Amino acid sequence: MRYIPLKNDSQELRLFESRVLIAAILGTLLVLGLVTRLGYLQVVKHRYYATLAQNNRVAALPIAPARGLILDRNGVVLADDFPVFTLQVTPDRVPDMQRLLAKLKPLVALNAQDLRDFRRRLAQRKPFQNVTLRAHLSEAEAARVAVNLTRLEGATLHARLRRYYPLGGLATGAIGYVSRITRGELQGQKAERYFGYRHIGQLGVEKSYQKDLMGRIGFKDVEMDARGRAVKVLKRILPRAGRNLYLNIDAQMQAIGEQMLANRPGSVVALDPRTGAVLTLISSPIYDPNPFVNGIREKTYKALATNPAGPLDNRALNGLYPPGSTIKPFFAYAALQTHWFNPHKRVMCPGYYHLPHSTHLFHCWKPLGMGRVDLKDAIEQSCDVYFYHLAFKQGIDRMTRYLGYFGFGHKTGIDLPGEYRGLVPTQAWIKASGRPWYPGQTIITGIGQGPLLVTPLQLADAVAAIANHGVRMRPEVVRGIVNPVTHHVHYKKPYAYPAIPRRRKNSLKRLIRDMTQVVEGPHGTARGIAYGLPYRVAGKTGTAQLWSVVPNYKGKHIRSDALFMAFAPVKNPRIAIAVIVEHAGFGALAAAPIARALMNFYLLGHVHARTQNQSHPQIAQARITP
Amino acid sequence: MSLFERWHLDKPLFVALLILGVVSLVVLYSASGESVHFAVDDALHLLVGFAVMIILAQIPPETYRRWSVPVFTAGVLGLAAVLAIGAVRFGARRWIALGPLSIQPSEFMKLFVPMALSWFFSRGHLPPRLSRLAIATLILLVPVLLIAKEPDLGTSLIVFLSGIIVLFLAGIGWRTVLTVLVMGTAAAPILWAHMHHYQRQRIYILFHPEADPLGAGYHAIQAMIAVGSGGLFGQGWLSSSQARLHFLPDSTTDFAFAVFCQEFGLFGNLALLALYLFIVYRGLRIAFAAQDTYSRLLAGSLSILFFFDVFINMGMVAGILPVVGVPLPLLSYGGTSLLIIMAGLGVLMSIHSHRRLVN
Repeated sequence: MRYIPLKNDSQELRLFESRVLIAAILGTLLVLGLVTRLGYLQVVKHRYYATLAQNNRVAALPIAPARGLILDRNGVVLADDFPVFTLQVTPDRVPDMQRLLAKLKPLVALNAQDLRDFRRRLAQRKPFQNVTLRAHLSEAEAARVAVNLTRLEGATLHARLRRYYPLGGLATGAIGYVSRITRGELQGQKAERYFGYRHIGQLGVEKSYQKDLMGRIGFKDVEMDARGRAVKVLKRILPRAGRNLYLNIDAQMQAIGEQMLANRPGSVVALDPRTGAVLTLISSPIYDPNPFVNGIREKTYKALATNPAGPLDNRALNGLYPPGSTIKPFFAYAALQTHWFNPHKRVMCPGYYHLPHSTHLFHCWKPLGMGRVDLKDAIEQSCDVYFYHLAFKQGIDRMTRYLGYFGFGHKTGIDLPGEYRGLVPTQAWIKASGRPWYPGQTIITGIGQGPLLVTPLQLADAVAAIANHGVRMRPEVVRGIVNPVTHHVHYKKPYAYPAIPRRRKNSLKRLIRDMTQVVEGPHGTARGIAYGLPYRVAGKTGTAQLWSVVPNYKGKHIRSDALFMAFAPVKNPRIAIAVIVEHAGFGALAAAPIARALMNFYLLGHVHARTQNQSHPQIAQARITP
Repeated sequence: MSLFERWHLDKPLFVALLILGVVSLVVLYSASGESVHFAVDDALHLLVGFAVMIILAQIPPETYRRWSVPVFTAGVLGLAAVLAIGAVRFGARRWIALGPLSIQPSEFMKLFVPMALSWFFSRGHLPPRLSRLAIATLILLVPVLLIAKEPDLGTSLIVFLSGIIVLFLAGIGWRTVLTVLVMGTAAAPILWAHMHHYQRQRIYILFHPEADPLGAGYHAIQAMIAVGSGGLFGQGWLSSSQARLHFLPDSTTDFAFAVFCQEFGLFGNLALLALYLFIVYRGLRIAFAAQDTYSRLLAGSLSILFFFDVFINMGMVAGILPVVGVPLPLLSYGGTSLLIIMAGLGVLMSIHSHRRLVN
């Protein structure tokens, strides 16, 4: 049976109405939900999203300040900011890249490597970002591009300041250099402080005075669109230029020293004993820091790093040398403070020494001995046997305590990063080493051998303490910090360490007199430099023997480093100096003449005959009043 | 007889639509970066849309009823043709090229499916029996699945929704509704397994837009930033930084409402929402006044579908619904979708004005 539906319109209408009512209720709920959500976003979270919209919109672009200059004590520029031109391309503005490159080719030298690098950067760039085509355009190239810039749509010329060390490797050990900031160096707070900077000081005063040199970054708030295009500048905060550094170092003196060392491994440190001002700080061989600024090529770096002479080691701060005989005056000073020591008492030097109840012989450098010597003779001729006796009598504790007073085994506190403290065999060190200490070791420590290690800087600072009436000054490379706008110089105050204990009134005077004999005495080990000296010099030579990785000229692995320390003039000393020349044999021959040349220059203004013609021509020219 | 009556137009509805058209011009001029060219283009689209509406309003509902099945059949054939010979754009096959025109048959189904189902239900009496419901569901599922295959998840869901609304208005029993709901929930994991990666991504990003701020969540986040930064009163016309600096993608089409939010704030939103709800209200009144089952169902479903178009778009901008490509009726710049909306409104007007005199 077929059911014939009968249309009941009023019933259907009622059904429809009820359904629409339900739909209306549901719809109202949905609308309420939507309105609640809109209210939540636009009222409750308004601030949050308004900030996000603002952050979307505004980007702070850094404006880098000029890095502070570094000048020597006479105003010679040691580190400069040099404008370099970079050719960049905005690919989105270039109608035809091939044609642009073809047009640029006759204007700037583009080699295959440049083009390869450019293609790689082009593939990695963000939209509307500039891509560097070539950095470091020569002035001629920059000028050619600048003139043709209207023809070169999409190409732009950017001038940027680049750190430049006009004197090349001169005083790199003190100045250091800047190089690109690496990701690893930017952690935490530092990342914020260095936002916008590309370079950071790596060594020397470039590192230790980084905060003064870097200035403060400026910003411009730029409205950016979603593609990172700057639409307009909203606000500008100008950068503050970095402060200039005015060093104690004398560039010309430094150059003389470096040239006299002639890239032999070694080091020279000269101080003003009265203030601790570092006049010269040489680590030889020298190397040019300029390639490090924008990333050194691997090949160049490898050559430097694998050079057996180790140019990258800063010998002045990090070179650890047995002081040899140069340590003797300090032990003499220690002995002079005792009540039992009589400097006039003569000791027989037969050419060897042995401990009581021992047959082991310690030799003097003079195989046949020096006969009967007192303190004056022992220092003048550097008698080892005399100091063996002295060491035996004083004992290692007293010796190391006095070495400590002179700064050995401690950092000098110089305003350069990374100095070493050297090694003084104190009780603590002996305990830590875990090996027994034999009396024989005390004996050889007495002539500066054994585990004793000093840096050239420590040696210079210690001899300066003798010169400065027993008051050791903290070495300072930087003399003052200069405000580049007002030219106001903030001079650093010299810092004196506690005076070295002196129990006998004339002990220092006597020591200085005896050290003067080293140069002036008829048997003085450094008498070779005495000829024609118009001022008096007190000093001490040294020859340190040590095992070396590098064979010497005789093919042996025993190396003899030549040492010399001195100060002058003997009355009111103005310069104290320590010279170390590695592999150079007898100290008086290799090291003393270098010290003399530097003292001559500093005290008399004489330029050493061997170096005057090669002296840096820039040093004479590039003078700026700090 | 007034002008509106003579042209078979519902005056309040027409005025409300005109206001929306003006709002669209205002918003799109700003969203396009103050492009006069773009605004003129939008005005032309609107003009065509209004013309279509007015023309369709002249045709009596009886004609629509008679043409329901042929146009639906043509639509389904069109969908089949899209899958066979359609043009691929943005990784989906949705368009058919007809000379210079490219048309999207799936959009038309938003109108043809309610027409066909209304026709189907008007032939029997209501509420329908289960067997008729099954046939209606089949009629509905054919185009829905064809569109989902393109793939165009957004449109297929809207088309599905349009059919469901007719089923609902026709009076499916609550037990059936419940059964379908339970089955749908059970089928969800299967559906999930068959979804495209980007579709799953969209659903995932709905709940965690911050998971991928520069990728899949970018739209959602930038839209929320635009809405939230609008505040109570908005930042003022032409001040939508999100659109002007191109942070907001699709700022003239699917996300035009976000621009509106940033520029006119919560109060602007409420006014706009009120305008849309007024249109829905007018549509439902027309449905109540309709004189036969076909007109009633069609008018009712078109009005409710209009509401869902609005709600889905706004919900998407506000971040409570996934980013599906549903434009905001009249406000968004768009060809086919605007045309279909206007056509639907034209049919509504026709139902309103072609009333037979009560015997």
